[in-house]
Amino acid sequence: MSTVADRPEAPLSPLDDAPLVTTTPAAAEEKISVASQRQLMWWRFRRHKVAMVAAGVIALLYTVVIFGDFFASSDPYDSDANRTLIAPQAIHLLDNGQFVGPFVYGLKGARDETFHKIYVEDTGRRIPLTLFASGYSYKLLGLIPSNVHLFGVQGARAEDSLFLLGTDIQGRDLYSRIVYATRTSLTVGLAGVALSLFLGVLLGGLSGYFGGIVDTVVQRLVEILGSVPSVPLWMGLAAAMPPNLDVVRVYFIITILLAMLRWGGLARQVRGRFLSLRNEDFVTAAELDGAGPRRIIFVHLVPLFASHIVAVATLAVPYMIIAETSLSFLGLGLRPPAISWGVLLQQAQNVETVALSSWLMLPAVPVAITILAFNFLGDGLRDAADPYGV
Amino acid sequence: MLRYLVRRIVLGLFTIWFVSMVSFAIIQLPPGDFVDAYIGRLEEDGRITYADAAAQLRKVYGLDQPVYIQYFDWITQVVQGNFGESLEVQRPVADIIGDSIWLTVAVSAAAIVVTWIIAIPIGVYSAVRQYSRGDYFFTFMSFIGLAIPNLLLALVLLWTGFKFFHVNLQGLFSQDFVVAPWSLARVGDLLKHLPLPGLILAIAGTAELVRILRANLLDELHKPYVVTARAKGLREREVLVKYPLRVAMNPFASGIGFLLPEVVSGSVIVSLVLNLPTVGPILLRALLSQDMYLAGTIVLLLGTLTVIGILISDLILMWLDPRVRLVN
Repeated sequence: MSTVADRPEAPLSPLDDAPLVTTTPAAAEEKISVASQRQLMWWRFRRHKVAMVAAGVIALLYTVVIFGDFFASSDPYDSDANRTLIAPQAIHLLDNGQFVGPFVYGLKGARDETFHKIYVEDTGRRIPLTLFASGYSYKLLGLIPSNVHLFGVQGARAEDSLFLLGTDIQGRDLYSRIVYATRTSLTVGLAGVALSLFLGVLLGGLSGYFGGIVDTVVQRLVEILGSVPSVPLWMGLAAAMPPNLDVVRVYFIITILLAMLRWGGLARQVRGRFLSLRNEDFVTAAELDGAGPRRIIFVHLVPLFASHIVAVATLAVPYMIIAETSLSFLGLGLRPPAISWGVLLQQAQNVETVALSSWLMLPAVPVAITILAFNFLGDGLRDAADPYGV
Repeated sequence: MLRYLVRRIVLGLFTIWFVSMVSFAIIQLPPGDFVDAYIGRLEEDGRITYADAAAQLRKVYGLDQPVYIQYFDWITQVVQGNFGESLEVQRPVADIIGDSIWLTVAVSAAAIVVTWIIAIPIGVYSAVRQYSRGDYFFTFMSFIGLAIPNLLLALVLLWTGFKFFHVNLQGLFSQDFVVAPWSLARVGDLLKHLPLPGLILAIAGTAELVRILRANLLDELHKPYVVTARAKGLREREVLVKYPLRVAMNPFASGIGFLLPEVVSGSVIVSLVLNLPTVGPILLRALLSQDMYLAGTIVLLLGTLTVIGILISDLILMWLDPRVRLVN
């Protein structure tokens, strides 16, 4: 059984947080005492290896969001009845024992003994893969016309295209669709997160700063909103939207409405912070100097836990992603032709289909990775937000 | 103590009122009402409708009244136990919902029980053997559990069962019992089918509870009274179970408050994937056909039952923790 002293969860002394440079303890301590808050946070965050990896993953995901067309290898809307449900293609490096660089074999359609359509590799036909291949044209960032893609098959016939993760029921390239879905799923919920953040900070701040009747009303409101199951409400809202509106816009409205139900948790945390900080000496000093509540809240208090709020917002993003995936899956969120993770997973609804074409479940992988990454990043940020540890 | 109780009940009533307003508003939101949908369907079927059919139907169903009167009519009926009539199939709403609401309760309760069964031993283990390999494993697993939406979990389990074990994991009853009247055998069959949806719904909550229990227990384990108990010669197991664990267990009662809304929400989605005869599929269908009384009743019932569940957890907490009884 450990003693109190070696419990790493006990508050770390500033010295433990020293940037791991080869200096004497005294020098390290001096460095800490003059470091800015941002530096302290960065040092502490850097020690959280998993969070660092998560930050890298999220940066990568948003790179894909920004340059989606470049990462896709073929047009995600391009359907073809002659290439439905192709299994993911294997990338080969060796042909007849000789290294020839990455390539895929051509495919030819065949029928199995139950006359079910299958595709077999035509080992006589080699289709080389190239980096920065030219493919379908698009506008980079919506501005610059281009047809360069990260990788692809240069000048191949339509039926010789590359299907890295196979095709769906309508013969569309699943890999490119996942890339496009990433763009939708990672951006559509952000406005909702921003709004619930705003409401949470505002109402939590008012509640914690003024106390009394304001506090009671806000807290009861939080409790009421917290004990309502959100999915039935959300389903209702989604179904109640006028069907002639643009699907993405409808979804946008729903996330905004949901944000109005979801600010409670954040409001509670902000309130707790305010309660503990309100009686600090520097607040009294500011009051004596004649600062109004608005100045005290936004100039003196909010910067103190801004980093904490960022962490909480990070943890709110995965919730929005799960919500999008679930609702779209049910057919109540985004609907085709919009492409999102939930829309893609709709094709995996039928067990019999999935049993035969298990790659249709692949869109679940980025969902899990993204949520995991946001959770780890949020955790790391939350720890780092308190440079002196609590 | 009485004040605490009264406060919780009043708050619960407010919540139910809020739910009823929202659920009614949701149904009122779409442009056009049930009659539009109904007439549209009649015309699609090629049946003749006469010019003022819509106006007459609206009058019959009271849809020409202002919204707040419709709401008032509805809520007075609901309080008297009359949930109105489904506009789509023209049967009492109570009949359509029938057993499904109790099956929803059963699934949610199963989820809470499974959450406890898994979370308690893991939480205790992780705290007592802090930073052991097992602790790291469970911490990692709980992150995964939090990260995977139960929708995906249900899909993957369904697929695994179908592909590798050739069993269909859908439904809450075996084939023989699907339409059979209630009997002991049917209840037994239900109990056999409950653990799987219970487990799927429990995963996220379990991950959260494990982390809370671990943190709480770690705080308690190093307090002097534990040292005292050990110094007095109690066996390690008794030290743990008799004192710190009881203190650390509080979140299990109060946790129902935050678990239940999540579980009920999740049950709606998981039911659709696993094809469970709960209110989830009925709600989806009602919403898609704008069957306002049916959908409104389901949302209201789900909200009300959740609030009652939370109230019960408050009572348990009061019974468990004298501090709650005395301070308030």
